[in-house]
Amino acid sequence: MLSNITIGQYFPGNSILHRLDPRVKVLLLFFFLIEIFLFSNAVAYGIFSAVAFALMLLSGIPLGMLLRSLKPLWWIILFTFVIHLFSNPGTPIAKFWWFTLTWEGIRMGCFISLRLVLLILMSSLLTFTTSPLKLTDALESLLSPFRRFGLPAHELAMMMTIALRFIPTLIEETDKIMKAQQSRGADFTTGNVMKRLRNMVPILVPLFLSAFRRADELAMAMEARCYRGGVGRTQMKSLKTGGVDYLAIAGFVLLTVSLLGIKVLA
Amino acid sequence: MSIELKQVSYTYMPKTPYEHKALDDVSFTLDEGSFTAIAGHTGSGKSTLVQHLNGLLHPECGQVLVDGVDLADSSRTGRQAAKEARNKVGMVFQYPEQQLFEETIAADIAFGPKNQGLEGEALAKRVKEAMELMGLDYAAYKDRSPFQLSGGQKRRVAIAGVLALHPKYLVLDEPTAGLDPQGREDLIQIICRLRKKWKLTIVFVSHNMEDIARLADSVVIMNHGQMAIKAAPQAAFEQVGILQAAGLQEPQMLHLLHRLQAVGLPVKADGIQLADGIHAIKEALSHAK
Repeated sequence: MLSNITIGQYFPGNSILHRLDPRVKVLLLFFFLIEIFLFSNAVAYGIFSAVAFALMLLSGIPLGMLLRSLKPLWWIILFTFVIHLFSNPGTPIAKFWWFTLTWEGIRMGCFISLRLVLLILMSSLLTFTTSPLKLTDALESLLSPFRRFGLPAHELAMMMTIALRFIPTLIEETDKIMKAQQSRGADFTTGNVMKRLRNMVPILVPLFLSAFRRADELAMAMEARCYRGGVGRTQMKSLKTGGVDYLAIAGFVLLTVSLLGIKVLA
Repeated sequence: MSIELKQVSYTYMPKTPYEHKALDDVSFTLDEGSFTAIAGHTGSGKSTLVQHLNGLLHPECGQVLVDGVDLADSSRTGRQAAKEARNKVGMVFQYPEQQLFEETIAADIAFGPKNQGLEGEALAKRVKEAMELMGLDYAAYKDRSPFQLSGGQKRRVAIAGVLALHPKYLVLDEPTAGLDPQGREDLIQIICRLRKKWKLTIVFVSHNMEDIARLADSVVIMNHGQMAIKAAPQAAFEQVGILQAAGLQEPQMLHLLHRLQAVGLPVKADGIQLADGIHAIKEALSHAK
Protein backbone atom coordinates (compact mmCIF):
# COMPACT_ATOMS: atom_id res chain seq x y z
CA MET A 1 0.00 0.00 0.00
CA LEU A 2 2.48 2.63 1.10
CA SER A 3 5.34 0.99 -0.73
CA ASN A 4 3.63 1.90 -3.99
CA ILE A 5 4.44 5.60 -3.59
CA THR A 6 7.26 7.06 -5.66
CA ILE A 7 8.78 10.33 -4.53
CA GLY A 8 9.17 12.86 -7.26
CA GLN A 9 8.63 11.35 -10.66
CA TYR A 10 12.13 10.94 -11.96
CA PHE A 11 12.16 8.55 -14.89
CA PRO A 12 15.67 7.24 -15.43
CA GLY A 13 16.96 7.60 -18.99
CA ASN A 14 19.75 8.92 -21.15
CA SER A 15 18.07 11.33 -23.55
CA ILE A 16 19.42 14.77 -24.43
CA LEU A 17 17.06 16.22 -21.83
CA HIS A 18 18.45 13.89 -19.18
CA ARG A 19 21.99 14.91 -20.05
CA LEU A 20 21.43 18.67 -19.95
CA ASP A 21 22.97 20.57 -17.06
CA PRO A 22 20.14 20.82 -14.52
CA ARG A 23 20.91 24.52 -13.93
CA VAL A 24 20.39 25.22 -17.62
CA LYS A 25 17.19 23.22 -17.53
CA VAL A 26 15.83 25.12 -14.53
CA LEU A 27 16.71 28.53 -15.98
CA LEU A 28 15.39 27.76 -19.46
CA LEU A 29 12.17 26.39 -17.98
CA PHE A 30 11.84 29.55 -15.90
CA PHE A 31 12.21 31.82 -18.95
CA PHE A 32 10.03 29.56 -21.09
CA LEU A 33 7.19 29.82 -18.56
CA ILE A 34 7.55 33.61 -18.54
CA GLU A 35 7.36 33.68 -22.32
CA ILE A 36 4.20 31.60 -22.27
CA PHE A 37 2.65 34.45 -20.32
CA LEU A 38 4.22 37.23 -22.41
CA PHE A 39 3.28 36.04 -25.89
CA SER A 40 -0.38 35.26 -26.23
CA ASN A 41 -1.10 35.17 -29.96
CA ALA A 42 -2.20 32.07 -31.81
CA VAL A 43 1.06 31.63 -33.73
CA ALA A 44 3.10 31.82 -30.52
CA TYR A 45 0.93 29.21 -28.87
CA GLY A 46 1.28 26.99 -31.91
CA ILE A 47 5.06 27.29 -31.60
CA PHE A 48 4.99 26.66 -27.83
CA SER A 49 2.89 23.53 -28.30
CA ALA A 50 5.16 22.29 -31.07
CA VAL A 51 8.25 22.88 -28.90
CA ALA A 52 6.64 21.14 -25.91
CA PHE A 53 5.63 18.19 -28.06
CA ALA A 54 9.08 17.90 -29.61
CA LEU A 55 10.72 17.98 -26.18
CA MET A 56 8.31 15.33 -24.90
CA LEU A 57 9.30 13.07 -27.77
CA LEU A 58 13.00 13.85 -27.21
CA SER A 59 12.79 12.92 -23.52
CA GLY A 60 12.04 9.28 -24.32
CA ILE A 61 9.43 9.17 -21.58
CA PRO A 62 6.21 7.34 -22.46
CA LEU A 63 3.66 9.98 -23.52
CA GLY A 64 1.00 8.36 -21.38
CA MET A 65 3.09 8.89 -18.27
CA LEU A 66 3.66 12.56 -19.09
CA LEU A 67 -0.03 13.11 -19.74
CA ARG A 68 -0.86 11.42 -16.45
CA SER A 69 0.89 14.28 -14.65
CA LEU A 70 -2.03 16.44 -15.84
CA LYS A 71 -4.49 14.27 -13.99
CA PRO A 72 -4.43 15.94 -10.55
CA LEU A 73 -5.04 19.33 -12.18
CA TRP A 74 -7.59 18.16 -14.70
CA TRP A 75 -10.53 19.65 -12.79
CA ILE A 76 -8.85 23.01 -12.38
CA ILE A 77 -8.19 23.16 -16.12
CA LEU A 78 -11.79 22.27 -16.91
CA PHE A 79 -13.09 24.77 -14.37
CA THR A 80 -10.96 27.58 -15.81
CA PHE A 81 -12.09 26.68 -19.30
CA VAL A 82 -15.79 26.83 -18.39
CA ILE A 83 -15.41 30.09 -16.45
CA HIS A 84 -13.73 31.71 -19.45
CA LEU A 85 -16.41 30.47 -21.84
CA PHE A 86 -19.05 32.57 -20.14
CA SER A 87 -17.18 35.50 -18.66
CA ASN A 88 -15.90 37.22 -21.81
CA PRO A 89 -17.95 39.92 -23.48
CA GLY A 90 -18.21 39.65 -27.29
CA THR A 91 -20.25 38.06 -30.04
CA PRO A 92 -22.86 35.89 -28.32
CA ILE A 93 -23.56 32.38 -29.61
CA ALA A 94 -25.98 31.03 -27.08
CA LYS A 95 -27.61 32.01 -23.81
CA PHE A 96 -28.17 29.76 -20.82
CA TRP A 97 -30.13 31.44 -18.04
CA TRP A 98 -28.09 34.59 -17.58
CA PHE A 99 -24.79 33.11 -18.84
CA THR A 100 -23.78 34.13 -22.33
CA LEU A 101 -21.51 31.93 -24.43
CA THR A 102 -19.32 34.05 -26.71
CA TRP A 103 -16.81 33.42 -29.48
CA GLU A 104 -14.27 35.42 -27.54
CA GLY A 105 -15.00 33.26 -24.53
CA ILE A 106 -14.23 30.06 -26.42
CA ARG A 107 -11.04 31.63 -27.74
CA MET A 108 -9.90 32.77 -24.28
CA GLY A 109 -10.91 29.48 -22.67
CA CYS A 110 -8.82 27.54 -25.17
CA PHE A 111 -5.86 29.87 -24.68
CA ILE A 112 -5.91 29.76 -20.90
CA SER A 113 -6.37 25.99 -20.72
CA LEU A 114 -3.59 25.46 -23.24
CA ARG A 115 -1.43 27.76 -21.16
CA LEU A 116 -2.08 25.72 -18.02
CA VAL A 117 -1.46 22.44 -19.84
CA LEU A 118 1.84 23.79 -21.21
CA LEU A 119 2.91 25.02 -17.77
CA ILE A 120 2.26 21.65 -16.18
CA LEU A 121 3.75 19.58 -18.99
CA MET A 122 6.93 21.62 -19.20
CA SER A 123 7.45 21.58 -15.44
CA SER A 124 6.86 17.85 -15.22
CA LEU A 125 9.27 17.39 -18.09
CA LEU A 126 11.90 18.90 -15.79
CA THR A 127 11.08 16.65 -12.84
CA PHE A 128 10.76 13.60 -15.09
CA THR A 129 14.23 14.03 -16.58
CA THR A 130 16.14 15.35 -13.55
CA SER A 131 16.82 13.28 -10.46
CA PRO A 132 15.85 15.06 -7.22
CA LEU A 133 19.51 15.16 -6.17
CA LYS A 134 20.59 16.92 -9.36
CA LEU A 135 17.72 19.32 -8.91
CA THR A 136 18.87 20.33 -5.42
CA ASP A 137 22.43 20.67 -6.69
CA ALA A 138 21.15 22.99 -9.37
CA LEU A 139 19.17 25.03 -6.85
CA GLU A 140 22.21 25.34 -4.59
CA SER A 141 24.31 26.54 -7.47
CA LEU A 142 21.67 28.96 -8.74
CA LEU A 143 21.00 30.38 -5.28
CA SER A 144 24.65 30.76 -4.31
CA PRO A 145 24.95 34.35 -5.66
CA PHE A 146 22.40 35.33 -3.00
CA ARG A 147 24.69 34.06 -0.25
CA ARG A 148 26.15 37.52 0.18
CA PHE A 149 22.69 38.70 1.22
CA GLY A 150 22.62 36.04 3.94
CA LEU A 151 20.76 33.29 2.08
CA PRO A 152 22.07 29.93 3.37
CA ALA A 153 22.08 28.29 -0.06
CA HIS A 154 24.20 25.29 0.87
CA GLU A 155 22.29 24.57 4.04
CA LEU A 156 18.97 24.78 2.22
CA ALA A 157 20.18 22.40 -0.44
CA MET A 158 21.61 20.00 2.15
CA MET A 159 18.32 20.01 4.04
CA MET A 160 16.43 19.25 0.87
CA THR A 161 18.83 16.48 -0.06
CA ILE A 162 18.53 14.87 3.37
CA ALA A 163 14.75 15.20 3.36
CA LEU A 164 14.54 13.62 -0.10
CA ARG A 165 16.91 10.88 0.93
CA PHE A 166 14.86 9.99 3.98
CA ILE A 167 11.34 10.18 2.61
CA PRO A 168 11.45 6.65 1.16
CA THR A 169 13.15 5.36 4.30
CA LEU A 170 10.49 6.83 6.54
CA ILE A 171 7.71 5.58 4.29
CA GLU A 172 9.16 2.10 4.46
CA GLU A 173 9.41 2.41 8.21
CA THR A 174 5.82 3.64 8.55
CA ASP A 175 4.69 0.74 6.42
CA LYS A 176 6.55 -1.71 8.62
CA ILE A 177 5.25 -0.25 11.88
CA MET A 178 1.70 -0.14 10.51
CA LYS A 179 1.91 -3.77 9.56
CA ALA A 180 3.34 -4.73 12.93
CA GLN A 181 0.51 -2.97 14.75
CA GLN A 182 -2.05 -4.34 12.32
CA SER A 183 -0.92 -7.84 13.10
CA ARG A 184 -1.57 -6.99 16.76
CA GLY A 185 -5.12 -6.16 15.79
CA ALA A 186 -4.85 -2.39 15.28
CA ASP A 187 -7.44 -0.97 12.93
CA PHE A 188 -6.69 2.19 10.94
CA THR A 189 -9.62 2.18 8.58
CA THR A 190 -12.81 2.30 10.65
CA GLY A 191 -14.29 4.64 13.25
CA ASN A 192 -14.83 8.39 13.37
CA VAL A 193 -12.13 11.03 13.05
CA MET A 194 -11.24 11.15 16.75
CA LYS A 195 -10.96 7.39 16.99
CA ARG A 196 -8.82 7.24 13.89
CA LEU A 197 -6.53 9.94 15.24
CA ARG A 198 -6.17 8.05 18.48
CA ASN A 199 -5.39 4.91 16.49
CA MET A 200 -2.44 6.73 14.91
CA VAL A 201 -0.56 6.91 18.23
CA PRO A 202 0.85 3.38 17.95
CA ILE A 203 2.35 4.40 14.59
CA LEU A 204 3.49 7.92 15.37
CA VAL A 205 5.38 7.21 18.60
CA PRO A 206 7.67 4.54 17.11
CA LEU A 207 8.03 6.57 13.92
CA PHE A 208 9.16 9.73 15.73
CA LEU A 209 11.51 7.74 17.92
CA SER A 210 13.18 6.17 14.94
CA ALA A 211 13.29 9.45 13.01
CA PHE A 212 15.10 11.13 15.92
CA ARG A 213 17.45 8.19 16.24
CA ARG A 214 18.22 8.32 12.54
CA ALA A 215 18.78 12.09 12.65
CA ASP A 216 21.17 11.64 15.53
CA GLU A 217 23.09 8.88 13.78
CA LEU A 218 23.25 10.84 10.55
CA ALA A 219 24.59 13.94 12.32
CA MET A 220 27.21 11.80 14.02
CA ALA A 221 28.21 10.10 10.78
CA MET A 222 28.51 13.45 9.00
CA GLU A 223 30.62 14.95 11.76
CA ALA A 224 32.81 11.87 11.86
CA ARG A 225 33.57 12.61 8.23
CA CYS A 226 34.46 16.22 9.05
CA TYR A 227 31.35 17.88 7.67
CA ARG A 228 31.59 21.59 8.49
CA GLY A 229 28.89 23.15 6.33
CA GLY A 230 29.23 24.58 2.86
CA VAL A 231 32.30 26.80 3.14
CA GLY A 232 35.08 25.56 0.88
CA ARG A 233 33.26 22.32 0.18
CA THR A 234 33.77 20.76 -3.25
CA GLN A 235 31.43 18.39 -5.01
CA MET A 236 32.09 14.89 -6.23
CA LYS A 237 29.97 15.41 -9.31
CA SER A 238 30.25 19.10 -10.04
CA LEU A 239 27.80 20.37 -12.59
CA LYS A 240 29.33 21.07 -15.98
CA THR A 241 27.89 23.10 -18.80
CA GLY A 242 28.80 21.48 -22.09
CA GLY A 243 28.05 21.52 -25.81
CA VAL A 244 24.49 20.23 -25.48
CA ASP A 245 23.72 22.98 -23.00
CA TYR A 246 24.97 25.76 -25.28
CA LEU A 247 22.95 24.23 -28.07
CA ALA A 248 19.85 24.30 -25.87
CA ILE A 249 20.49 27.91 -24.90
CA ALA A 250 21.04 28.86 -28.55
CA GLY A 251 17.78 27.13 -29.46
CA PHE A 252 15.98 29.00 -26.76
CA VAL A 253 17.40 32.37 -27.86
CA LEU A 254 16.34 31.59 -31.43
CA LEU A 255 12.84 30.79 -30.19
CA THR A 256 12.64 34.05 -28.25
CA VAL A 257 13.91 36.14 -31.16
CA SER A 258 11.44 34.61 -33.60
CA LEU A 259 8.59 35.11 -31.15
CA LEU A 260 9.58 38.77 -30.78
CA GLY A 261 9.79 39.06 -34.57
CA ILE A 262 6.30 37.67 -35.00
CA LYS A 263 4.96 40.01 -32.36
CA VAL A 264 6.55 43.09 -33.97
CA LEU A 265 5.40 42.14 -37.48
CA ALA A 266 1.86 41.32 -36.44
CA MET B 1 -5.21 -27.92 10.15
CA SER B 2 -2.45 -26.02 8.48
CA ILE B 3 -1.34 -22.97 6.57
CA GLU B 4 -1.45 -23.65 2.87
CA LEU B 5 0.04 -21.52 0.11
CA LYS B 6 -1.29 -22.20 -3.36
CA GLN B 7 0.69 -20.79 -6.30
CA VAL B 8 1.23 -17.45 -4.63
CA SER B 9 2.74 -14.64 -6.73
CA TYR B 10 3.29 -11.05 -5.70
CA THR B 11 4.67 -8.02 -7.56
CA TYR B 12 5.71 -4.73 -5.98
CA MET B 13 4.75 -1.57 -7.86
CA PRO B 14 3.27 -3.27 -10.90
CA LYS B 15 3.26 -1.36 -14.21
CA THR B 16 5.97 1.14 -13.25
CA PRO B 17 9.67 1.20 -14.11
CA TYR B 18 10.30 -0.02 -10.53
CA GLU B 19 8.21 -3.17 -10.98
CA HIS B 20 9.65 -6.05 -9.02
CA LYS B 21 8.36 -9.59 -8.83
CA ALA B 22 8.95 -10.64 -5.22
CA LEU B 23 7.16 -13.98 -5.20
CA ASP B 24 6.74 -16.26 -8.16
CA ASP B 25 4.39 -19.24 -7.97
CA VAL B 26 5.21 -20.36 -4.43
CA SER B 27 3.26 -23.32 -3.06
CA PHE B 28 3.76 -25.25 0.17
CA THR B 29 1.96 -26.41 3.28
CA LEU B 30 2.93 -25.72 6.87
CA ASP B 31 1.56 -28.61 8.93
CA GLU B 32 0.24 -28.04 12.40
CA GLY B 33 2.93 -28.45 15.02
CA SER B 34 5.78 -28.17 12.53
CA PHE B 35 8.81 -25.93 12.93
CA THR B 36 9.62 -24.52 9.51
CA ALA B 37 12.68 -22.43 8.73
CA ILE B 38 12.70 -20.07 5.77
CA ALA B 39 16.11 -19.10 4.41
CA GLY B 40 17.41 -17.19 1.41
CA HIS B 41 19.64 -14.30 0.46
CA THR B 42 18.57 -10.68 1.02
CA GLY B 43 15.81 -9.79 -1.40
CA SER B 44 14.88 -13.39 -2.11
CA GLY B 45 11.29 -12.78 -1.04
CA LYS B 46 11.39 -14.14 2.51
CA SER B 47 9.85 -11.11 4.17
CA THR B 48 7.22 -10.76 1.44
CA LEU B 49 6.42 -14.42 1.90
CA VAL B 50 5.91 -14.25 5.65
CA GLN B 51 3.72 -11.17 5.32
CA HIS B 52 1.34 -13.28 3.28
CA LEU B 53 0.94 -15.73 6.15
CA ASN B 54 -1.29 -13.40 8.14
CA GLY B 55 -2.84 -11.37 5.38
CA LEU B 56 -0.71 -8.23 5.63
CA LEU B 57 -0.14 -8.70 1.93
CA HIS B 58 -2.59 -10.45 -0.30
CA PRO B 59 -1.31 -12.52 -3.21
CA GLU B 60 -1.65 -11.11 -6.70
CA CYS B 61 -2.54 -14.58 -7.90
CA GLY B 62 -2.96 -17.70 -5.83
CA GLN B 63 -4.34 -18.25 -2.36
CA VAL B 64 -3.22 -18.40 1.25
CA LEU B 65 -5.41 -20.69 3.35
CA VAL B 66 -5.19 -20.71 7.14
CA ASP B 67 -7.10 -23.70 8.50
CA GLY B 68 -8.91 -23.79 5.18
CA VAL B 69 -9.96 -20.12 5.22
CA ASP B 70 -8.80 -17.82 2.42
CA LEU B 71 -7.16 -14.77 4.02
CA ALA B 72 -7.97 -12.51 1.07
CA ASP B 73 -11.69 -13.31 1.25
CA SER B 74 -13.45 -9.94 1.21
CA SER B 75 -16.94 -11.19 0.44
CA ARG B 76 -19.59 -10.30 3.01
CA THR B 77 -19.85 -13.85 4.28
CA GLY B 78 -16.14 -14.60 4.31
CA ARG B 79 -14.74 -11.37 5.70
CA GLN B 80 -15.29 -12.20 9.35
CA ALA B 81 -13.81 -15.67 8.98
CA ALA B 82 -10.78 -14.22 7.20
CA LYS B 83 -10.27 -11.76 10.04
CA GLU B 84 -10.43 -14.52 12.61
CA ALA B 85 -8.02 -16.64 10.60
CA ARG B 86 -5.56 -13.74 10.44
CA ASN B 87 -5.83 -13.49 14.20
CA LYS B 88 -4.55 -17.03 14.57
CA VAL B 89 -1.21 -16.09 13.07
CA GLY B 90 1.09 -14.09 15.35
CA MET B 91 3.73 -12.11 13.51
CA VAL B 92 7.04 -11.00 14.99
CA PHE B 93 8.77 -8.64 12.58
CA GLN B 94 12.46 -7.99 12.21
CA TYR B 95 13.64 -5.75 15.05
CA PRO B 96 10.22 -5.92 16.73
CA GLU B 97 11.40 -3.64 19.55
CA GLN B 98 10.95 -0.72 17.15
CA GLN B 99 7.18 -1.06 17.36
CA LEU B 100 6.92 -0.37 21.12
CA PHE B 101 4.97 2.80 21.87
CA GLU B 102 3.19 2.66 25.23
CA GLU B 103 4.25 4.28 28.49
CA THR B 104 4.51 1.04 30.42
CA ILE B 105 5.54 -2.44 29.44
CA ALA B 106 2.25 -3.94 30.60
CA ALA B 107 0.24 -1.45 28.53
CA ASP B 108 2.27 -2.21 25.43
CA ILE B 109 1.81 -5.96 25.77
CA ALA B 110 -1.91 -5.40 26.43
CA PHE B 111 -2.34 -3.56 23.10
CA GLY B 112 -2.97 -6.73 21.08
CA PRO B 113 -5.36 -8.57 23.42
CA LYS B 114 -7.22 -5.29 24.02
CA ASN B 115 -7.84 -5.08 20.28
CA GLN B 116 -9.22 -8.61 20.52
CA GLY B 117 -11.76 -7.27 23.01
CA LEU B 118 -10.27 -8.47 26.30
CA GLU B 119 -10.52 -6.30 29.41
CA GLY B 120 -9.95 -6.24 33.16
CA GLU B 121 -8.86 -9.39 34.90
CA ALA B 122 -8.61 -11.53 31.77
CA LEU B 123 -6.43 -8.90 30.10
CA ALA B 124 -4.08 -8.63 33.07
CA LYS B 125 -3.80 -12.41 33.17
CA ARG B 126 -2.83 -12.55 29.49
CA VAL B 127 -0.17 -9.88 29.98
CA LYS B 128 1.26 -11.60 33.04
CA GLU B 129 1.37 -14.95 31.28
CA ALA B 130 3.08 -13.51 28.18
CA MET B 131 5.67 -11.66 30.26
CA GLU B 132 6.51 -14.71 32.29
CA LEU B 133 6.83 -16.85 29.16
CA MET B 134 9.41 -14.38 27.90
CA GLY B 135 11.26 -14.42 31.22
CA LEU B 136 10.20 -10.95 32.37
CA ASP B 137 9.11 -10.71 35.99
CA TYR B 138 5.58 -9.25 36.01
CA ALA B 139 5.77 -7.37 39.32
CA ALA B 140 9.19 -5.90 38.62
CA TYR B 141 8.66 -4.81 35.01
CA LYS B 142 4.98 -4.09 34.43
CA ASP B 143 5.10 -0.38 35.32
CA ARG B 144 8.46 0.43 33.80
CA SER B 145 8.83 2.26 30.53
CA PRO B 146 9.81 -0.05 27.67
CA PHE B 147 12.26 2.60 26.48
CA GLN B 148 14.48 2.20 29.53
CA LEU B 149 15.24 -1.42 28.78
CA SER B 150 18.22 -2.92 26.99
CA GLY B 151 17.85 -4.02 23.36
CA GLY B 152 17.41 -7.69 24.24
CA GLN B 153 14.80 -6.95 26.90
CA LYS B 154 12.89 -4.64 24.55
CA ARG B 155 12.75 -7.44 22.03
CA ARG B 156 11.32 -9.79 24.64
CA VAL B 157 8.65 -7.25 25.49
CA ALA B 158 7.78 -6.96 21.80
CA ILE B 159 7.55 -10.72 21.38
CA ALA B 160 5.45 -10.94 24.56
CA GLY B 161 3.11 -8.43 22.89
CA VAL B 162 2.54 -10.93 20.09
CA LEU B 163 2.28 -13.97 22.39
CA ALA B 164 -0.39 -12.19 24.41
CA LEU B 165 -2.62 -12.59 21.34
CA HIS B 166 -2.53 -16.38 21.94
CA PRO B 167 -1.63 -17.21 18.34
CA LYS B 168 -1.84 -20.74 17.03
CA TYR B 169 0.86 -20.08 14.46
CA LEU B 170 3.87 -17.93 15.28
CA VAL B 171 5.91 -16.31 12.52
CA LEU B 172 9.32 -14.95 13.55
CA ASP B 173 11.28 -12.87 11.03
CA GLU B 174 14.95 -13.12 12.03
CA PRO B 175 14.17 -12.93 15.75
CA THR B 176 17.80 -13.18 16.83
CA ALA B 177 19.25 -10.51 14.51
CA GLY B 178 21.45 -8.04 16.37
CA LEU B 179 21.40 -9.88 19.71
CA ASP B 180 24.52 -10.90 21.59
CA PRO B 181 25.32 -14.65 21.77
CA GLN B 182 23.75 -15.07 25.20
CA GLY B 183 20.63 -13.20 24.08
CA ARG B 184 20.35 -15.39 20.99
CA GLU B 185 20.66 -18.57 22.98
CA ASP B 186 18.12 -17.41 25.58
CA LEU B 187 15.62 -16.46 22.91
CA ILE B 188 16.01 -19.75 21.08
CA GLN B 189 15.49 -21.64 24.33
CA ILE B 190 12.34 -19.63 25.02
CA ILE B 191 10.99 -20.38 21.55
CA CYS B 192 11.64 -24.11 22.01
CA ARG B 193 9.93 -24.12 25.39
CA LEU B 194 6.96 -22.24 24.00
CA ARG B 195 6.59 -24.66 21.18
CA LYS B 196 6.35 -27.61 23.56
CA LYS B 197 4.08 -25.86 26.01
CA TRP B 198 1.56 -24.41 23.56
CA LYS B 199 2.08 -26.87 20.69
CA LEU B 200 2.70 -23.85 18.50
CA THR B 201 3.35 -24.11 14.80
CA ILE B 202 6.42 -22.00 14.17
CA VAL B 203 7.77 -20.31 11.06
CA PHE B 204 11.24 -18.97 11.52
CA VAL B 205 13.15 -16.81 9.05
CA SER B 206 16.88 -17.15 9.55
CA HIS B 207 20.24 -17.00 7.85
CA ASN B 208 21.86 -19.13 10.48
CA MET B 209 22.16 -22.65 9.17
CA GLU B 210 23.32 -23.99 12.52
CA ASP B 211 20.11 -22.74 14.14
CA ILE B 212 18.07 -24.20 11.32
CA ALA B 213 19.82 -27.55 11.60
CA ARG B 214 19.21 -27.60 15.32
CA LEU B 215 15.63 -26.39 15.47
CA ALA B 216 13.67 -26.90 12.29
CA ASP B 217 11.96 -30.03 11.06
CA SER B 218 11.37 -28.52 7.63
CA VAL B 219 13.25 -25.97 5.52
CA VAL B 220 12.07 -23.68 2.74
CA ILE B 221 14.87 -22.17 0.66
CA MET B 222 13.92 -19.09 -1.35
CA ASN B 223 15.82 -17.83 -4.37
CA HIS B 224 14.73 -14.79 -6.42
CA GLY B 225 11.11 -15.14 -5.37
CA GLN B 226 10.90 -18.81 -6.16
CA MET B 227 10.92 -21.74 -3.80
CA ALA B 228 14.13 -23.61 -4.51
CA ILE B 229 13.80 -26.36 -1.88
CA LYS B 230 11.19 -27.52 0.61
CA ALA B 231 12.43 -30.52 2.52
CA ALA B 232 13.60 -31.80 5.87
CA PRO B 233 16.87 -30.07 6.88
CA GLN B 234 19.00 -33.16 6.27
CA ALA B 235 17.67 -33.56 2.74
CA ALA B 236 17.81 -29.83 2.07
CA PHE B 237 21.44 -29.51 3.11
CA GLU B 238 22.44 -32.35 0.80
CA GLN B 239 21.55 -30.17 -2.20
CA VAL B 240 24.68 -28.10 -1.95
CA GLY B 241 24.46 -26.77 -5.52
CA ILE B 242 20.99 -25.32 -5.05
CA LEU B 243 21.97 -23.87 -1.68
CA GLN B 244 24.94 -22.11 -3.20
CA ALA B 245 22.86 -20.79 -6.07
CA ALA B 246 20.54 -19.31 -3.44
CA GLY B 247 23.48 -17.58 -1.76
CA LEU B 248 23.59 -19.97 1.21
CA GLN B 249 25.90 -22.62 2.52
CA GLU B 250 25.24 -25.88 4.33
CA PRO B 251 25.96 -25.83 8.10
CA GLN B 252 29.67 -25.58 8.86
CA MET B 253 29.84 -29.08 10.28
CA LEU B 254 28.37 -30.55 7.16
CA HIS B 255 30.64 -28.38 5.04
CA LEU B 256 33.62 -29.79 6.91
CA LEU B 257 32.42 -33.35 6.40
CA HIS B 258 31.96 -32.73 2.69
CA ARG B 259 35.47 -31.28 2.46
CA LEU B 260 36.89 -34.31 4.30
CA GLN B 261 35.09 -36.60 1.89
CA ALA B 262 36.54 -34.65 -1.02
CA VAL B 263 40.11 -35.21 0.20
CA GLY B 264 39.50 -38.93 0.67
CA LEU B 265 38.52 -39.51 4.31
CA PRO B 266 35.49 -41.81 4.24
CA VAL B 267 33.26 -39.96 6.76
CA LYS B 268 29.52 -40.46 6.76
CA ALA B 269 27.69 -37.20 6.28
CA ASP B 270 24.29 -38.33 7.46
CA GLY B 271 23.80 -36.07 10.49
CA ILE B 272 23.57 -32.31 10.62
CA GLN B 273 24.13 -31.64 14.29
CA LEU B 274 27.55 -30.83 15.71
CA ALA B 275 27.55 -34.07 17.73
CA ASP B 276 26.73 -36.16 14.66
CA GLY B 277 29.67 -34.67 12.84
CA ILE B 278 32.11 -35.27 15.66
CA HIS B 279 30.92 -38.84 15.91
CA ALA B 280 31.28 -39.39 12.16
CA ILE B 281 34.85 -38.05 12.14
CA LYS B 282 35.88 -40.14 15.13
CA GLU B 283 34.48 -43.25 13.55
CA ALA B 284 36.18 -42.60 10.23
CA LEU B 285 39.52 -41.99 11.98
CA SER B 286 39.32 -45.15 14.03
CA HIS B 287 38.65 -47.15 10.85
CA ALA B 288 41.56 -45.44 9.14
CA LYS B 289 43.93 -46.76 11.81
